[in-house]
Amino acid sequence: MTDFFVIPAKAGIESSKPPTAALDPRFLGCGDVSEQQTEPGFEDQALPATRVRGYWQSVFYRLRHDPVTLVFAAMVLLIVLAAVFAPLLAPFDPYKESIVGRLKPFGWRAHPLGTDELGRDMLSRLLFGGRVSLLMGVVPVLIASLIGGMLGVLAGFVGGRTNTAVMRAMDVFYAFPSVLLAVAIAGAMGGGMANGMLALTLVFIPPMCRVAETATTQVRALDFIEAARASGAKTMTIIRYHVLGNVLGPVFIYASSLVSVSILLASGLSFLGLGVRPPLPDWGLMLSTLRQSIYVVPLVCALPGLAIFITSICCNLVSDGLRAAMDVRM
Amino acid sequence: MNSPAYNGPVLDPRDRGGPHQPLLIARDLRKHFPVKGSGGRSVKAVDGVSFSVRKGETLGVVGESGCGKSTLARLLLHLVVPDAGELVFDGDRVDTPELPIRALRRQVQIVFQDSYSSLNPRMPVRDSVAFGPFVQGKKRQRARDIACEMLGKVGLDPDLFGPRYPHELSGGQKQRVNIARALATEPRMVILDEPVSALDKSVEAQVLNLLRALKRQFNLTYLFISHDLNVVRYLSDRILVMYLGRAVEIGAIDAVFERPLHPYTRALLASQPSMDPARRIEEAPISGDPPNPIDPPPGCRFHTRCRFAEAPCQRTDPALGVWEGPQSHVAACHMHDTASGHTLAHG
Repeated sequence: MTDFFVIPAKAGIESSKPPTAALDPRFLGCGDVSEQQTEPGFEDQALPATRVRGYWQSVFYRLRHDPVTLVFAAMVLLIVLAAVFAPLLAPFDPYKESIVGRLKPFGWRAHPLGTDELGRDMLSRLLFGGRVSLLMGVVPVLIASLIGGMLGVLAGFVGGRTNTAVMRAMDVFYAFPSVLLAVAIAGAMGGGMANGMLALTLVFIPPMCRVAETATTQVRALDFIEAARASGAKTMTIIRYHVLGNVLGPVFIYASSLVSVSILLASGLSFLGLGVRPPLPDWGLMLSTLRQSIYVVPLVCALPGLAIFITSICCNLVSDGLRAAMDVRM
Repeated sequence: MNSPAYNGPVLDPRDRGGPHQPLLIARDLRKHFPVKGSGGRSVKAVDGVSFSVRKGETLGVVGESGCGKSTLARLLLHLVVPDAGELVFDGDRVDTPELPIRALRRQVQIVFQDSYSSLNPRMPVRDSVAFGPFVQGKKRQRARDIACEMLGKVGLDPDLFGPRYPHELSGGQKQRVNIARALATEPRMVILDEPVSALDKSVEAQVLNLLRALKRQFNLTYLFISHDLNVVRYLSDRILVMYLGRAVEIGAIDAVFERPLHPYTRALLASQPSMDPARRIEEAPISGDPPNPIDPPPGCRFHTRCRFAEAPCQRTDPALGVWEGPQSHVAACHMHDTASGHTLAHG
């Protein structure tokens, strides 16, 4: 009957009166205090006044105790900061070409990571390329979470024919492999960064929608939704206060895992010439243009690929950590 | 909100019909759930149930699992829309301009059996309680104050329990929160859908006593659904016995327990385990499962399991008898209808 939700001392007990073993009957082995109470209504008053942790607080508590996720989160943060502060960090202008300094190895004339096929500084281009790649990784996922999430919540909450209509429409998109779909859409609309993002957004809407729909359907069947309806709440109010909070977790976890996929797909699109156009630096595009020179300066040519690899694996591991921290049955 | 003690039917300021107008009248309520892929067949969950609940009383509803008790509870709040039938709340017809559903839901609330799933796991329980007053137009802070007050009324310290999440509370505590949630909107009637069935015995007694005390304090009317006859007897003034989507007997609690009219009620009462070993039941008073509610038997629905079943029982459906005032005790059985042709029939 009595819950002992005592948090380890490290987490801090804000107890005004910590239960002492000598005085507290619960520690004397006489079982539940409440059983001695016959007075109606006060069965559970003998709880220790421990700090109450909210859902997000407990998520952060678990994240703090997960070193792997913390390390990779720090790396993601580093990559993001490097991209954001690229103009300050880059030693050279990423667009400055040099006829004589083409395809030079690491450390050639103050170019720490060498130069590319037009003599541009690799480090500067990687830093600036990170901006484009991260943007292509995050923006489509954000927009898709919003649109797909809304569609999914709608389909899941209304149910019936609306659900069938929305979800079957999503299944049509689902039937195509995501890479193929992205290539097809980007190809149909022409290249360019905006079109590439749009293509990726369209690719991510169906899976986002499905995740949101599943979570909503699960929540909708629970009694507290009925209770909310019984108290006279309108559908939109119920969705806002009772559904969204329960759907946000799964959607967020899934979105974080899509970021790395999005970066990879964006690089793939650029590689095929359907995404970012030269001379704008982008990791996928750089990989594509440098691949002919792989026998000249193999290490330099591998750099954009390495950047993609590291970023996406960091995002994936952080996403896994988030899943572990958030996916707790309460 | 401020009635110190309950002395007879104290009238609510919102009262419209006077003390003799039943608070809730259900007439011929019906709900059939279509079964997918069965070619238009349906589960007859509630199939023509009529009764009334008087002001200030507790009407107990009993019956086996699947007899339509919970569906009935949801029909009364229009959480499930009835296929047919009429609901009259304090003289006003529900779902007409006289009393729109939203207005009904200001006056009737419900407490569910599953205390865990009736609370939003992502919301502190104080906010769950405050949600009702909030959506009914109270300011956020006022709603929260009401919630704290209600938590206090159900015996939970609002400072200690208010900020907690449902998973941090025990079953009994959660059910107290649910009761607070139902009462926070100041309803006149509360539908209790097996509120104590999932609790262990000691907590059950505490919650029942709490429900009794709250009923007096807030001048409430209860519709109390349970399959536990002892619990129903403890709390109810009158009792409605349901079988396979129908009301088979209705009457004052003592009358029904001491002189049950319907064979099903008799079997139900006899199936209670006795505290007295000398009166131990050797033979099951009723056997088998209730028939499939998709295909209820013709005539009296109980005739397939009834010891007294005769030819008329298989042919004609017995009526529940005529309502003759608050103390009337009636059963839907041919044995209580002299014109039915049953050999054991008496008036």
